[in-house]
Amino acid sequence: MSTTYIARSAAVAARRLGDEMVIMSALDSTLFSLSDVAAVLWEAADGRTPLDQIVRDRVCSSYEVDAATALRDAEEFVRALATHGILLVSGEPMESPVTQAPAASAGGKQQ
Amino acid sequence: MDAMLPSTNSAATDLPAAVRAGLHPELACLGLTIEIGGLPLRLCAPDPDFWSLLARRYSNFIRPEAMAEMEFDLLPTAPDPPPAEVNLQIRCEEGRWLLSRGEFRAAFDLRSRRGHLACVPNPYSVDTLLRIVHSLLLAPAGGLLLHASGGIRGGRGFLFSGVSGAGKTTMARLAPPDVQLLTDEISYLRRGEDGFRVYGTPFSGELGIQGESVSAPLAAVYLIEHGAANRLELVPEAEAARRLMRNVLFFARDAHLVSQVFATVCELVRCVPVFRLEFLPDPRVW
Repeated sequence: MSTTYIARSAAVAARRLGDEMVIMSALDSTLFSLSDVAAVLWEAADGRTPLDQIVRDRVCSSYEVDAATALRDAEEFVRALATHGILLVSGEPMESPVTQAPAASAGGKQQ
Repeated sequence: MDAMLPSTNSAATDLPAAVRAGLHPELACLGLTIEIGGLPLRLCAPDPDFWSLLARRYSNFIRPEAMAEMEFDLLPTAPDPPPAEVNLQIRCEEGRWLLSRGEFRAAFDLRSRRGHLACVPNPYSVDTLLRIVHSLLLAPAGGLLLHASGGIRGGRGFLFSGVSGAGKTTMARLAPPDVQLLTDEISYLRRGEDGFRVYGTPFSGELGIQGESVSAPLAAVYLIEHGAANRLELVPEAEAARRLMRNVLFFARDAHLVSQVFATVCELVRCVPVFRLEFLPDPRVW
């Protein structure tokens, strides 16, 4: 079975707002909201860690899901984001082109 | 078509000879410095009638003493047949921005801080130019233009954002006398050392009057819609960011600048409460 590597596109801006990860394609301003599990995959997409290892270490260890199901769902998610150009997928490790780490929510509201 | 336009740096010398011939240099280019959001831009109009029209249109925002950040030559043109281009075309070539729609043609360079606008002498074209230039200058400075009406009350700024028909002008009309009107159509906001500030703009909607040239810390943003009763609901940050992004005025398809606008919206929803406001057209909504 081939190994899949995923990396975040440089043409994407991402922010964690509250408990949601919001991603915007800077190419066409399309906005995406990621589920908790999808956000875990997104944040781990460094271009060097194989997808099955991400699923095993970051998803299966935190959520009650078997490895085969989790990997199948992850591959589907990766395909969907790759279609929109916000995740890069390769059979080889990649230099991470990420320009912007997802920022954590911080600070209070101004009143 | 853009090849017919004078280059940004030589725009002043490319003015029609008939305009300049025999005129005193001061009259050949009548200057008008318009400051919006603390950012002064100078417009040079060779046509006194056009100058007078703009002076009335932007009267609340004229700052003759201000040092302009950019300077534009306005080149009056005759009306063309109905425009072939319905949508505004905007692109950047090696740092030079080129805009066109119908008889409207503009070019400017943010580095040399000069540009020109060739248009039929009407204020709408100048409005368009000012909105685009300000949106481009604001993006890296942590600011943006938002489809929103707004006002200042008790030293605090409030914005009412929505698409056309949502009630922006209605909210402005319903404002009590102690509210200073910022705008009924397009709001100007920018991140400062102590949070976000809102500024008045001359950009008007159905109300047809310019805002006041004042500013205040932004206290809240309301996403407005007509309803059966006045109802207020705090919007979660992610949803607020998604909704506000739809109402941001930004014209350039530049990935870096768009990312900066997105970052500003995200910062905004973290710092300022965003509410969904259903309202009845009644002064009690204020």
